[in-house]
Amino acid sequence: MHAFGQILKIETRLFLRDFGSPLTTVVLPVALLVVFGLVPAARQPEVQFGDLSFIQYFAPSLLVITLAMSAVNILPTVLATYRERGVLRRLATTPASPAALLAAQLLISLATILVSAVLLIAVGRLAFDVPLPRHPLGFTLALLLGTAALLALGLLVAAVARTAKSAQAMAVPLFMAVMFFGGVYVPRFILPDFLVRIGDYTPPGVQALLDSWTGASPHLSHLGIMAVVAMAAGAGAAKLFRWE
Amino acid sequence: MPVIEVTRLHKRYGDLVAVDEVSFAVEAGEIFGVLGPNGAGKTTTVECVAGLRVPDGGGVSVLGLDPRRDAAQLRQRVGVQLQESQLPDQLRVAEALEMYASFYRDPADPAELIERLGLGAKRNTAYKKLSGGQKQRLSIALALVGNPEIAILDELTTGLDPQARRDTWSLIEQVRSSGVTIVLVTHFMEEAERLCDRIAVIDKGRVVALDTPAGLVSSVAPEQRIRFRPSAPIDDRLLTDLPEVSAVQRTGSQVVVTGTGDLLHAVTSVLARNQIVAADLRLEQSTLDDAFVELTGHRPVA
Ligand SMILES: Nc1ncnc2c1ncn2[C@@H]1O[C@H](COP(=O)(O)OP(=O)(O)OP(=O)(O)O)[C@@H](O)[C@H]1O
Ligand SMILES: [Mg+2]
Repeated sequence: MHAFGQILKIETRLFLRDFGSPLTTVVLPVALLVVFGLVPAARQPEVQFGDLSFIQYFAPSLLVITLAMSAVNILPTVLATYRERGVLRRLATTPASPAALLAAQLLISLATILVSAVLLIAVGRLAFDVPLPRHPLGFTLALLLGTAALLALGLLVAAVARTAKSAQAMAVPLFMAVMFFGGVYVPRFILPDFLVRIGDYTPPGVQALLDSWTGASPHLSHLGIMAVVAMAAGAGAAKLFRWE
Repeated sequence: MPVIEVTRLHKRYGDLVAVDEVSFAVEAGEIFGVLGPNGAGKTTTVECVAGLRVPDGGGVSVLGLDPRRDAAQLRQRVGVQLQESQLPDQLRVAEALEMYASFYRDPADPAELIERLGLGAKRNTAYKKLSGGQKQRLSIALALVGNPEIAILDELTTGLDPQARRDTWSLIEQVRSSGVTIVLVTHFMEEAERLCDRIAVIDKGRVVALDTPAGLVSSVAPEQRIRFRPSAPIDDRLLTDLPEVSAVQRTGSQVVVTGTGDLLHAVTSVLARNQIVAADLRLEQSTLDDAFVELTGHRPVA
């Protein structure tokens, strides 16, 4: 436990020291929320958003930025780099297991996602009258399952990639797909209907986040898909992951 | 009672036989050298001892334990420096040592180790900004931070400058004098000669010789060679008649006498009796280099 605590402490420091990681996962989404929130029109309810304001409608997509960056971009790249450079192997010669390093990375991802979610919800509520999630249990479940699905995909990339370069090559398209279908690049109301439907089932499941944030309980099928992806990708990653 | 016993170790990578049949035993408290050309199977051998690779055949016993089955116990007691292993770019020297120290039940004091390895001025420097030699020293420090009973060091001083290399040697001698058994993979003959009590020379996955450095040299090339420039013409027979001399050659004005035993004394006496002065006299003894070439057919890389 002592060793794991140390590893977690050091890995957290490295995460924070690498400036770009906290910036893109935590600072960027909340900064975008503030920028949009400062535009008065973005705070007015609109019919095309189902009587929501634009920032209410868009906030779940901002959370998708954190999820995508953390789980399918940073996590696989860091793990593949550690493997390629022999960091995991060196750890395997000590009483600490490389699994402890993996666990620390997962915890850091989880913490990042949690911090970003709390920040978005709090800033939205305090500054721009975005209500707190109306369906807290549903929202928690949607966030948990969406996070699990993306982390599992990130681990699968780290497992399949032999080098840090190939991890990047796989992570980037996946990352872009998650961002696109999560409505980050283009708000989803502009997208044709079939792309929106695909987005509903693309991890982390932005529609389930939106539904539970703004009132309805999330669709069981939306949540179910996330659970299936999480289990399938997780099992694949566990089977394929190599420490060296 | 040996602390490491390797018997008929065999390891393949696909079709390639990396270690064919390697056997040796390392005694407690000694510095045991593993010497051999590139690709000979040194790293594979010591990584099987460290439990990092699984042998395809043969047995390895470390401190009476099995490196795979008793891995948890051995990791507390064996420190390993891998030939190729880096650290995260942004990790600082002191952080690395403190983190690794936390893994062990009875670690060394990280601050003291940093000083001993001459990294004091770099304690807050990120790994990325260390020189090659400083990275290497940090790597050695990490292998020693757990106060191991056995340290396995693969390519101890590769990349170090001559001064740093000598400093590292005295560090290793200090570590040994505190009772640690050391297995040292090296390319440097001077290093092997200076540090090792015994050396296994490995070539193409087999042990081709196992002896003390002096033993290796004399078993392979017992000859000595004397070169000098005689002040007056000299009859070869004066020299060849000596029982110690096996051959006399001339290159230009230089005479080269090869032989065994107390060759120098025999030759200088006969020259003195004939009132010949030997200018530029040099005695050349075979070195570990010669033995290495003889045993493996390769020039040492260093
Ligand atoms: N993981 C691996 N997969 C496939 N082949 C390998 C692997 N590791 C080593 N080999 C091969 O096994 C042989 C022995 O390699 P090894 O690393 O043990 O040599 P070495 O004596 O340590 O060489 P060097 O002095 O260059 O470090 C080499 O031919 C090498 O190419
Ligand atoms: Mg090697």
